[in-house]
Amino acid sequence: MTQANKITGAEIVIKALIDQGVDTVFGYPGGAILPIYDELFQQKKIKHILVRHEQAATHAAEGYARSTGKTGVVFVTSGPGATNSVTGLTDALMDSVPIVVISGQVPTFMIGNDAFQEADTVGITRPCTKHNWLVKDTNKLAETIHQAFEVASSGRPGPVLVDVPKDVQFATGQYIMKNEIYKGFVKKDPSIDLDMLDEVISRLEMAERPIIYSGGGVINSGQSAVNSLRNLVAGTNFPITSTLMGLGSYPASGKNWLGMLGMHGTYEANMSMHDCDFMLCIGARFDDRITGRIDAFSPDSYKVHIDIDPSSINKNITVEAPLIGDVSYILSALITRWKERGSKVNKKKLTTWWKSINDWKGVKSLGYENSSKVIKPQYAVQRLEELTKSYNRFVSTEVGQHQMWAAQFMGFEEPNRWMTSGGLGTMGYGFPASIGIQIAHPTSLVINVAGEASWLMNMQELGTAVQYRLPVKQFILNNERLGMVRQWQELLHGERYSHSWSDALPDFVKLAEAYGIKGIRCEDPANLDDSIKEMIEYQGPVIFDCLVEKHENCFPMIPSGRAHNEMILGEQTEENTISDDGAVLV
Amino acid sequence: MSLKLKKGVNKQSAYNLRDPNLDYEAAHTLSIIVDNESGVLARVIGLFSGRGYNIDSLTVAEVDPSGHKSRITIVTTGTPKVVNQIKAQLNRMVPVHEVIDLTLKGKAVQRELAIFKVVGNGNQRVESLRLADVFRAKVVDSTLKSFTFELTGNSEKIDAFAELMEPLGLQEIARTGIVALLRGDKSS
Repeated sequence: MTQANKITGAEIVIKALIDQGVDTVFGYPGGAILPIYDELFQQKKIKHILVRHEQAATHAAEGYARSTGKTGVVFVTSGPGATNSVTGLTDALMDSVPIVVISGQVPTFMIGNDAFQEADTVGITRPCTKHNWLVKDTNKLAETIHQAFEVASSGRPGPVLVDVPKDVQFATGQYIMKNEIYKGFVKKDPSIDLDMLDEVISRLEMAERPIIYSGGGVINSGQSAVNSLRNLVAGTNFPITSTLMGLGSYPASGKNWLGMLGMHGTYEANMSMHDCDFMLCIGARFDDRITGRIDAFSPDSYKVHIDIDPSSINKNITVEAPLIGDVSYILSALITRWKERGSKVNKKKLTTWWKSINDWKGVKSLGYENSSKVIKPQYAVQRLEELTKSYNRFVSTEVGQHQMWAAQFMGFEEPNRWMTSGGLGTMGYGFPASIGIQIAHPTSLVINVAGEASWLMNMQELGTAVQYRLPVKQFILNNERLGMVRQWQELLHGERYSHSWSDALPDFVKLAEAYGIKGIRCEDPANLDDSIKEMIEYQGPVIFDCLVEKHENCFPMIPSGRAHNEMILGEQTEENTISDDGAVLV
Repeated sequence: MSLKLKKGVNKQSAYNLRDPNLDYEAAHTLSIIVDNESGVLARVIGLFSGRGYNIDSLTVAEVDPSGHKSRITIVTTGTPKVVNQIKAQLNRMVPVHEVIDLTLKGKAVQRELAIFKVVGNGNQRVESLRLADVFRAKVVDSTLKSFTFELTGNSEKIDAFAELMEPLGLQEIARTGIVALLRGDKSS
């Protein structure tokens, strides 16, 4: 190795990213990452999006990653830059989103000295990344970055962080290409258990009351998994429900679709989960928002769990048949074997099952009382859905009631169209995510369905949207409350609304105008359609301040500590529904 | 606590088929082969503390210098479900190569090394020396008032020796925690 073919660490970083096919980086410069920013300045292949806060960079990268299936990339500086990325890393870990964060660090000889803007970044981010590295030798830098991409995107995807001290960025070292790295660290999928597969298929063939419950793993697995899922549903005529993360893997217009399940899922989805005798869980993880009370969760069913992560098996719910591996691989093996055995299902019983399901559908659990005087939030989301569904559309959300209403009332026909913070429930996710999505899909209609409280958490990103001319539509359901907190206080804490309203909201229209973009306010249901159309047609970012009913609750709801068949459907039945045991749950 | 289920509908329930031993907590000795890189022990310990698992004993040292591999031996207590979770979570970690549950895998040799400082006079000294002989403990340091014993064995043996030394002037103990390997000619 001669000195001649050595390049600086900063050059290595940029070269490795280009080698990985990265076209966009979200970030914020600072002292310890300046050499990398200097290299960034001197090239044209990677576009850098300057955010206004590092947390927003990580969410934007998540939005970018989830809407494209690629890995999102973030640059942050040491100390506060790195600590600000922690929420986004944790969010990505919970929702299995592949992102690579490259953080600057104080020079190696100053580490441990409480230097300016020093933080133990790998220590802080250890529990909120899939893996992280502190690179102390420039010769290891290229290999580490390539490994980081491999770890982030392989298996169950997730966030990783590479901490690069400033002296390592300045020093020179050898570059290696991504195909030259050692990949022994990538966990291999176990081979499929064929006996188990046959057992599952015979159960599937006999099933009297089957249900397919799919999750984000199907979307992460890719288009072939989505196709297999759709083929399986079409072939078996089994009903299907999805988690919040799984929306879009089966089209909302499909005839077997029951809507989302779980705490705010539909009555038909949750009752089917409770009463089924065969449950096929595909790429979901029996989260507490899904199961309700664990010991009363789907008591009569034979449960099959397809998951790439062995630690998801039997974590919350004990299943009879775990099938570990990539959804796409397992599903295609399952479908092939099922077809070989004659594509059998228990048609007669299935007809009876569908009859019960259709009875449950008749309950119309998403019903609400509309008003001609005030905009009901559900109505606002319904109209938004109606007026935008024909567009090439991507939707992100913040976290809270509006998120649940969006999940209930918006229909997704394709995967990767719906970006929301599911596992971590990060308020402030949606706006920066919409920025990341719009960067990846410049000509698409990108809408962030928001609540005003969540939206304010990352409102500084208005600057980013304006600077890069991103026509993101911020559809804010403004109830001047922390809606979901308020709802829980009403149901659980004797209507004592402790700090769940904001007494000093900005004038959102003027706020938009201050940034030179469009603000629309709508408070009359009669004007809603025209206002939404105005928002869609405007060529630029819009803040849509939709003033809605202030005390609307989100139903249906499985109260904490209750089972799927103990859902409450509306206001009239909610008295005393949460037991003392349930009250301690989140 | 009633489940509010219809009568007779749950004869195939997974709930009723649950293994009655499922809630039985047992100690498991896990042998974990990891890359000997900085932070790897913190990752493993962080997993245990972050997810609320127990660590009864932990030892770590490099065992393959050329391959930069260390062996971590952890004794943990939990129900079968929890222990399975622990193993699955450990296996997810990038620097973890192998997790072997020695308790399930078969018979394992489990040893601990302990050093005891016993201070006393006259008969106490004689008695401690005699017991040390019975336990095959070695005297590794001594003064006119004290003996320092080194003892290797399973944890019960070390506990027993400590109990006997207590009335004879036991002042301090240092224990390594358990190291273990599978018995027989196969590597674990």
